[in-house]
Amino acid sequence: MSFPGVKALEDVDFTLKKGEIRALMGENGAGKSTLIKCLTGVNKFQAGEIYLDGIEGPIVNKDTMDAQHKGISTVYQEVNLCPNLSVAENLFIGREPMTKIGTVNRKEMNRRAAELMSNLELDVDVTKNLEEYSLALQQMIAIARAVDMDSKVLILDEPTSSLDDHEVEKLFNMMRNLKSQGVGIIFVTHFLEQVYAVCDGITVLRNGMLVGEYEIEDLPRVKLVAAMMGKDFDDLSAIKKEGDDQVSDELFIEAKGCSHAGTIKPFDLDIHKGEVIGLTGLLGSGRSELARVIYGADKNQTGTLKVDGKEAHINQPLDAMKLGMGLLPDDRKAEGIIGDLSVRENIILALQAKAGPLNKIPYKKQCEIADQFIELLQIKTASRETLIKQLSGGNQQKVILARWLATNPDFLVLDEPTRGIDIGTKTEIQKLVVKLAEEGKSIIFISSEIEEMLRTCNRMAVLRDGQKVGEISGNEMTQEGIMKAIAGGGSDE
Amino acid sequence: MKKIKIQSSNILLLITVVLFICMYTAGCVVYANKGFTHLQTFLNILINNAGLICVACGTTMVMLSGGIDISVGSVVAMDCMFLAVGMEEWKMNSITLMILVLLIGLVFGLFQGFCIAYLDIQPFIVTMAGLFFARGMTAVICKDQVSIVSDKLFTALSNTKLTIPFGGYVNKKGAMIMPFLRVSVIVAIICVIVTYLILKYTKFGRSIYAVGGNQQSASLMGLNVKKTRLLTHVVASFLASIGGICYCLNTMCGTTTQATGLEMDAISSAVIGGTLLTGGVGNVLGTFVGVLINGTISSLVKSNGKLISSWANIITAILLCFFIVLQAIFAKIKERSKL
Repeated sequence: MSFPGVKALEDVDFTLKKGEIRALMGENGAGKSTLIKCLTGVNKFQAGEIYLDGIEGPIVNKDTMDAQHKGISTVYQEVNLCPNLSVAENLFIGREPMTKIGTVNRKEMNRRAAELMSNLELDVDVTKNLEEYSLALQQMIAIARAVDMDSKVLILDEPTSSLDDHEVEKLFNMMRNLKSQGVGIIFVTHFLEQVYAVCDGITVLRNGMLVGEYEIEDLPRVKLVAAMMGKDFDDLSAIKKEGDDQVSDELFIEAKGCSHAGTIKPFDLDIHKGEVIGLTGLLGSGRSELARVIYGADKNQTGTLKVDGKEAHINQPLDAMKLGMGLLPDDRKAEGIIGDLSVRENIILALQAKAGPLNKIPYKKQCEIADQFIELLQIKTASRETLIKQLSGGNQQKVILARWLATNPDFLVLDEPTRGIDIGTKTEIQKLVVKLAEEGKSIIFISSEIEEMLRTCNRMAVLRDGQKVGEISGNEMTQEGIMKAIAGGGSDE
Repeated sequence: MKKIKIQSSNILLLITVVLFICMYTAGCVVYANKGFTHLQTFLNILINNAGLICVACGTTMVMLSGGIDISVGSVVAMDCMFLAVGMEEWKMNSITLMILVLLIGLVFGLFQGFCIAYLDIQPFIVTMAGLFFARGMTAVICKDQVSIVSDKLFTALSNTKLTIPFGGYVNKKGAMIMPFLRVSVIVAIICVIVTYLILKYTKFGRSIYAVGGNQQSASLMGLNVKKTRLLTHVVASFLASIGGICYCLNTMCGTTTQATGLEMDAISSAVIGGTLLTGGVGNVLGTFVGVLINGTISSLVKSNGKLISSWANIITAILLCFFIVLQAIFAKIKERSKL
């Protein structure tokens, strides 16, 4: 099967052999999902052809069903089954065995389902409702459904993100089992360990382009990270940091053993006053999740958190705000902006929430604050009453930044503050971060671009697979050092 | 021996059944002297609620698919008025009229279902429009406020007593009175059985559960979600029309205000019977018991004699709260056990 030349993807070849497990890797926006959507008929593509074993000529998939009929099945990250139906029904719905009078033959359906489950060595009572089983089993039942439809190609789109180690191992056994039956598997994940545990080959994409197709032996971890992030080792040059390292000795945040089940394992983290600390790691490694725990957006379930020397019980973001904290979320469409409110209202939002609903901030004051930040951050807007959805992405980002700055926080979490905005604005935001730190504010800075972090951060915490695995500071803070830390040790881990 | 699976939906149904039995037994003990122990009292609950049972079957189906239909009460009223005026003013044959009423139900459901499934409009809004339309139509068809049926065939059908050969009692004059059912009850029970079988044993029925469980998954699994949603609304309106005929057989008249709030009775019966408002869980047997519970409440209030009938509403409200809280608790427990 090959797949050359798509525009949002550019000129990408992808080959999958029979009985091969191939990892599809790449950072956000690399084009992984676009590639998969093209393969499964969700997206149309302008150029290029797909060939599938056993079918003459290029194939065209009208939709996912069509792709499924041709033998390409996809199992998505979220289990796409119906929790309220029995396991057997989930396996056979839409293609149930029928009786002579045209009703569903439940006996036959349950028998075949049980057979399928035992073939895959799954211990499941097929008459029970799907919701009785763990996510891992549900995931495997979803795969079983795909397999039973005579799939030649199985696409697993981040199937492991909600599974624990034991469950992942079960899934891998099943994948190996399928592989030996000649099924080709495309495995999309961002867990490096898992790639090396189960895959035969790796295809790396970046910015919609093919970086390369590798055999697993030829691509050690560090090289894989480099391939994904787009830096060759040869031209790694240390970048001079612009901020100075005058960090106060006083701690602002002191986290000990904090965690949130399912997203981030227990971590310790100290943040000094006037310090910019970077959280680095691949997408999904727990960068945002760590920050969310500190901010109280996800409840801290273990450990203690001290803010400014005092133990703090943060149960919700409002508690955090009252302690002088602010969070700029990475998904500004979903979590940040309120499109139908004006720039002024968006800026004033957090301040008003902090003041409480009864202490309405006077309109005049609101205008003053809004104007002040539009000036300070050079937000390009027709007026302070313009609806925020009419602004460009970069300016929206500035408005949200202004929202938090208006509350005059001592501590700010900036999650991907520069994603999707132009270089000029990026530099401005980086400068602003450094300036805020100089004023004695503490900042958590999260970004996928290592260069940017090197320029702004005093210290970096490295995360991998939902766990904080180390800290880097001083001389180790180079691109190479960070990539090595992100990639982790050998495969024995 | 087949093991009975204990799942939250079953527990809810079990609680409903137990509650019904408790209430009825309590009624028998407290109001024994007022005839509560007679089989006829129970049958009267069925007779009085035959129309509601049919309607509630349809409502349950729609709720299982994750939708809602609040037009059914008005559809019942419109049907009754159409039947009454048709027989009295237009002097039409009652059989023809009943067939017409069923056809009207189909068309009504087809239109509502199309708007909901294919135009993707909120079911609440679409069926609210349906509610106003049908209620308005009821008044438009009607010349007076009330139209009383005197058609021979229809009257005969309405008065037919299906006597049951046991469980009778001797009245004050010493005559033996045998318990009886009406035709409408038979129709209602057939509706319950047929909907139950459709939901459990046909592709269409299982699709309803799948769509109600997770619409996106259902479509990814290759089910025709739109068609399923359209059909549930067609079936619901059709059942509402059958309910309308049953209702008319009971009341023998058409009035502009009758069956007001019947859709809410249907929804509350379904919820008390264990159907989740979010869809995917429940069945019509539960709904049937739900209707019986509602009927028992009004019978109890009536038997008391001192309470005004509105107390029935208050008791229903308390029960509804109880069941909704119970559902929420089960949902929470399930969530907990997953982590």
